[in-house]
Amino acid sequence: MTTLRIKNGKVYDPINGIDGQVCDICIQDGKIVAEVPEGSPCLDASGMVVMPGGVDMHCHIAGHKVNLARKFLPEDHRRDVQPRVGSLRSGVGGVVPSTFTTGYRYATLGYTTAMEAAIPPLGARHALEELNDTPVIDKGFYLLLANNVCLNQLLAQGRMEEFREAVAWWLNATKAYAIKLVNPGGDEPWKGRRNANVHDLDEPISGFENVTPRKIIRALIEVSNELGLPHPAHIHCNNLGHSGNYQTTLETMKTAGDLRAHITHIQFHSYGGERGKNPTSAARQIVEYIDAHPNISADVGQVMFGKATLMTADAPLTWLLRNITQDKWVNADTECESGCGILPFSYQERVYTHALQWAIGLELFLLAKDPWRMVLSTDHPNGGSFQNYPRLIRLLMDKKFRDEQAKKANPKAIAQTSLLDIDREFSLYEIAIVTRAGPARLLGLRDKGHLGVGADADITIYDEQEDKEAMFNAARYVLKGGEFFIRDYEFCQDGEGRIFHVSPDYDPKIEQVLKPFFEEYYTVQFENYPVSAHYLAHGVRVPTFRQ
Amino acid sequence: MRLSLHTAPEVPLETDCLCPDQLLGKSAKEIAKLLVFHGNQRAELGEFFHIQEGAQNGTVTVEGDLAKVKQVGAGMSDGKLRIVGNVGAHLGAEMRGGEIVVEGSAGDWVGREMRGGRITILGDAGHLVGSAVRGAAVGMTGGEIFILGSAKNEVGNGMRRGLIAIAGDSGDFTGVNLKAGTVVVLGNLGLRSGAGMVRGTILSTQPAELLPTFCYDTTYRPPIVRTLLLYLRRQGFTIEDVYINGPYRRFSGDAIELNKGEILLYAG
Repeated sequence: MTTLRIKNGKVYDPINGIDGQVCDICIQDGKIVAEVPEGSPCLDASGMVVMPGGVDMHCHIAGHKVNLARKFLPEDHRRDVQPRVGSLRSGVGGVVPSTFTTGYRYATLGYTTAMEAAIPPLGARHALEELNDTPVIDKGFYLLLANNVCLNQLLAQGRMEEFREAVAWWLNATKAYAIKLVNPGGDEPWKGRRNANVHDLDEPISGFENVTPRKIIRALIEVSNELGLPHPAHIHCNNLGHSGNYQTTLETMKTAGDLRAHITHIQFHSYGGERGKNPTSAARQIVEYIDAHPNISADVGQVMFGKATLMTADAPLTWLLRNITQDKWVNADTECESGCGILPFSYQERVYTHALQWAIGLELFLLAKDPWRMVLSTDHPNGGSFQNYPRLIRLLMDKKFRDEQAKKANPKAIAQTSLLDIDREFSLYEIAIVTRAGPARLLGLRDKGHLGVGADADITIYDEQEDKEAMFNAARYVLKGGEFFIRDYEFCQDGEGRIFHVSPDYDPKIEQVLKPFFEEYYTVQFENYPVSAHYLAHGVRVPTFRQ
Repeated sequence: MRLSLHTAPEVPLETDCLCPDQLLGKSAKEIAKLLVFHGNQRAELGEFFHIQEGAQNGTVTVEGDLAKVKQVGAGMSDGKLRIVGNVGAHLGAEMRGGEIVVEGSAGDWVGREMRGGRITILGDAGHLVGSAVRGAAVGMTGGEIFILGSAKNEVGNGMRRGLIAIAGDSGDFTGVNLKAGTVVVLGNLGLRSGAGMVRGTILSTQPAELLPTFCYDTTYRPPIVRTLLLYLRRQGFTIEDVYINGPYRRFSGDAIELNKGEILLYAG
């Protein structure tokens, strides 16, 4: 039985309403408990801030698109080499770090959970292998289902029950955690016709009768709800990056009705203006809708100036951007399941669009009334690496710093937004919400994101400092599952995290429907397609609300 | 100062400390302690080199067959480095100033991403002279590389500024992805010269087979060629008068890019 008492620290635990009070946190066997026996080891956290471990609900850290990005950016890795130190393994950093380095660097920032946000079903094996190799942190992945030919066919034929069973089968077969929609319906026209995409939610999708993006969105939101998944449908809306796309985003949110839905990297979907012309900020319209609709949640997908790598299942978008950057890029498709595009990118302060994106992201954070439903992400590495989080936290907490940065950016863009008029500064309590409690709650991970009795003992302890960037840049102590991984800023052990997945119940008869499709169209035999349990070395099955 | 190789390394030895910036002003003892990598093992410079202190005239001489010694003069910014013998890959990589003279041949990646200074090689050079690293778009951005022998493939890959001159032949893809800058080859160009070039000049005194994306413009006697070749002659290149005076055929390309690059071929 291992026990520990953390005393004298200022605790920020929004789920339990603790806002900077000094209190003791007791740990026994990897869980938070009410009390530990007299004489248990003690950690004095005087002058320090104690928070639950960070939870990143949207990032790209595993799977074949991440690996492709690693492979085609050797010039980015060479200046950031992480040698083997002690028991830690070697790797490279840069915008898209290698697996080991990804785990260590998340932990260094005080993050203990991160969810890979887009894996095509055929890539599940690869993703799980890489997640197994991403040390320290707990993780899981979301399954791309919005451009799935087989599901679209069921939808076109109105076979909704089989649609639901098929989705449940797919989640089981891949050991995924949630349903992900990316540019719903857009891949099929892209694959079928030269440089085509869908731009309207009610535009029919070529090749399927009566299937529109709206139908796909509604169907997957409903299925998520019916299956009782801990995290609702995770939606990357249509028209990402296009001027005027906030209308599409509003329509997508309206499609959910009063069902739960999560809109991801919403910054990229909050642009006003006319299509094809310079964007303007529509952050206010988006925030107003979300404030008024508690069933909708979002993560921001903040853009940070500097290097980034775009990697998305939204293949037509990367083609568009490739024509601007004129640099190397990758475009791929995953059989009947998804598309994929990757290109290196750099957000520059002086560029109108980039400065606007940066400001819109901050507006979304600062205007949203409910931080529980507007949580922190940079859509790593699309808006910038997760290694930018400390700086982003400082931007939110420090009005003076934010205004200084805004003045360096393109003035026309900043003038388009209300950023300079916003005085709000996040408190540590609010930071704990957007980086920990909020994402954990949205993910339905009950033991994460808080320090109440029964929670996982994932704890980060920072030295309290005036400069919040410095403070959040390196945690002094990081405990994961009750064990020290970082002690006095140094790693003291290496370890593997767990992988969360769901396995909703389904009717095995659905296999008779799916099998003929596989035999006709897939390169993989139906029997070989499901991922077997031994790919989950440290798998944790999270029950659905119906289980 | 003089360093001579006493033990040939079995596997490549990485010695970015072999550079006047780091050596001058240090005692022989201090230099012997400098860190090098022998394969993946840490080692000290003294395990491979005898160090002889000499007059501090800003010159470091290194002797021996350094074919397996990599990163010599990497990052150098000042002084003179003289190498008597062959030298391995990444000679003068990311060099900013100073001069390197090799009295022998050099390996691949001579002057990779060089920013300034001069490298002169009396023998041959390997692949990727003055080029970018794999994955990066931009190679050499300044300085001069003179090769009195021949060079292999991808001379000046991604080069943006500076001058590369080769007395002998060059391999395939000479000036590939050239952004700007000048590559002079007095011998034969290999295949597919200037593929993907945006701007810049490739000059050869010998006939060459060009890609179909290069178009013939004109035959002329540009004064810059005369200036350039006379300059190279002063640097020790042997160039006949006909090439200095003679007419050149100009081809523009690469048409799949901006089409603002030029290849000049002697038309005598």
